[in-house]
Amino acid sequence: MADTVQFDLVSPERLLASVAAHEVSIPGAEGDLTAMADHAPLITTLRPGIVRVSGPSGEKEYVVTGGFAEINGTSVSVLAEQAVAREDMTKEAYQTMVNAATDKLANAQDKYVNEPGPVDEAAKLLADMVAIGDHIGLSSN
Amino acid sequence: MPNLKDLKNRIASVKSTRKITKAMQMVAAAKLRRAQDAAEQARPYTERFNAVMGKLAASVGDAANAPRLLAGTGEDKVHLLVVMTAERGLCGGFNANIAKLAKLHAADLLAKGKTVKIVTVGKKGRDAMRRDYGQYSVGHIDLSEVKRVGYADAQAIAADVLGRFDAGDFDVAKIFFSRFENVVSQIPTMQQVIPFDVTELEQEVDTDSYYDYEPDEQAILADLLPRGVATAIFAALLENGASEQGARMSAMDNATRNAGDMIDRLTIEYNRSRQAVITNELIEIISGAEAL
Repeated sequence: MADTVQFDLVSPERLLASVAAHEVSIPGAEGDLTAMADHAPLITTLRPGIVRVSGPSGEKEYVVTGGFAEINGTSVSVLAEQAVAREDMTKEAYQTMVNAATDKLANAQDKYVNEPGPVDEAAKLLADMVAIGDHIGLSSN
Repeated sequence: MPNLKDLKNRIASVKSTRKITKAMQMVAAAKLRRAQDAAEQARPYTERFNAVMGKLAASVGDAANAPRLLAGTGEDKVHLLVVMTAERGLCGGFNANIAKLAKLHAADLLAKGKTVKIVTVGKKGRDAMRRDYGQYSVGHIDLSEVKRVGYADAQAIAADVLGRFDAGDFDVAKIFFSRFENVVSQIPTMQQVIPFDVTELEQEVDTDSYYDYEPDEQAILADLLPRGVATAIFAALLENGASEQGARMSAMDNATRNAGDMIDRLTIEYNRSRQAVITNELIEIISGAEAL
């Protein structure tokens, strides 16, 4: 059994990483999950969060804002809407993301007055964003 | 015979034109490399996206309750044509070719009794479409402030298109752009984005790996399809960017060469008339001397 998987992280604008990894932690829409070699084939959507890769070349973290991931026994592909390596994440960039999520929540509250669904989703998005900030120490407060 | 001073001015003016076209060509060459890089960088995402999309569509594609973005509205009456061109001219037939393809298609649809709506992206396309199909135009997206097209720009266009789709404004959406083949050939292309055209995807149906979906297929598909529209538009924008620079580069190369030819011709003419003037003066002097 191979003990590494091929990990690819791509955003629409570029390929961020393509390395061998022992395990990859992914913020799935229905909960975090860690993929290792011979994981059952799975396609999941992502919520905003941190993708953590640990492999022979060390551990690395990426901030993603959503997208989806395709996992099978030999490879993990994360297709992120936006992805930034954690060390490249600046306070300004984080603030822009949080502001976007805040705006989205405000819009949803205006637009769907009697439908909690979209409002809850937007609120969750914002909460996820704030959680990222807490994790990487860029929290807005 | 044009006098010497006029010719001299003419030569000077063509020379400065040549300098300008030469500079534009070099700028286009540099921008082309950047545009090609951007297109290259975006390719992995598009490829993988389409692969996942193919798998998903294959597993829910013919279900009766497939999302409308995949299955369509069940009608084929109103067509939305998204015509994507450049913001600037001076790039050969680039804008005209895209507009021509869109016009042909629009005429074809109208002849079949369909309704046509047009959204233009890029100033040049709007100008070209306005002449004949102005009354069908329903919107225009301006990218003239954008220095480098990013995914956010594609998302904005996609949001506009999807908003219209949700409002029931059209049944089928197609995008028009130019595919970058190489520097001298850019192919105007039409691509259907709504409903999502599964047949265009490379179907690598390896049924031996059965995928789990989290959340279920329907939810993922509902999440992915709007993204698919944005991805298709983004890819088209990048192709367009590379094509525009390629077209401008070869157009400006031609212009530079033409200017060179013109300068040669004018210089020969200038020298001839200069010599003619000298000969004339000599004749005058000699005949004056002989007369004494």
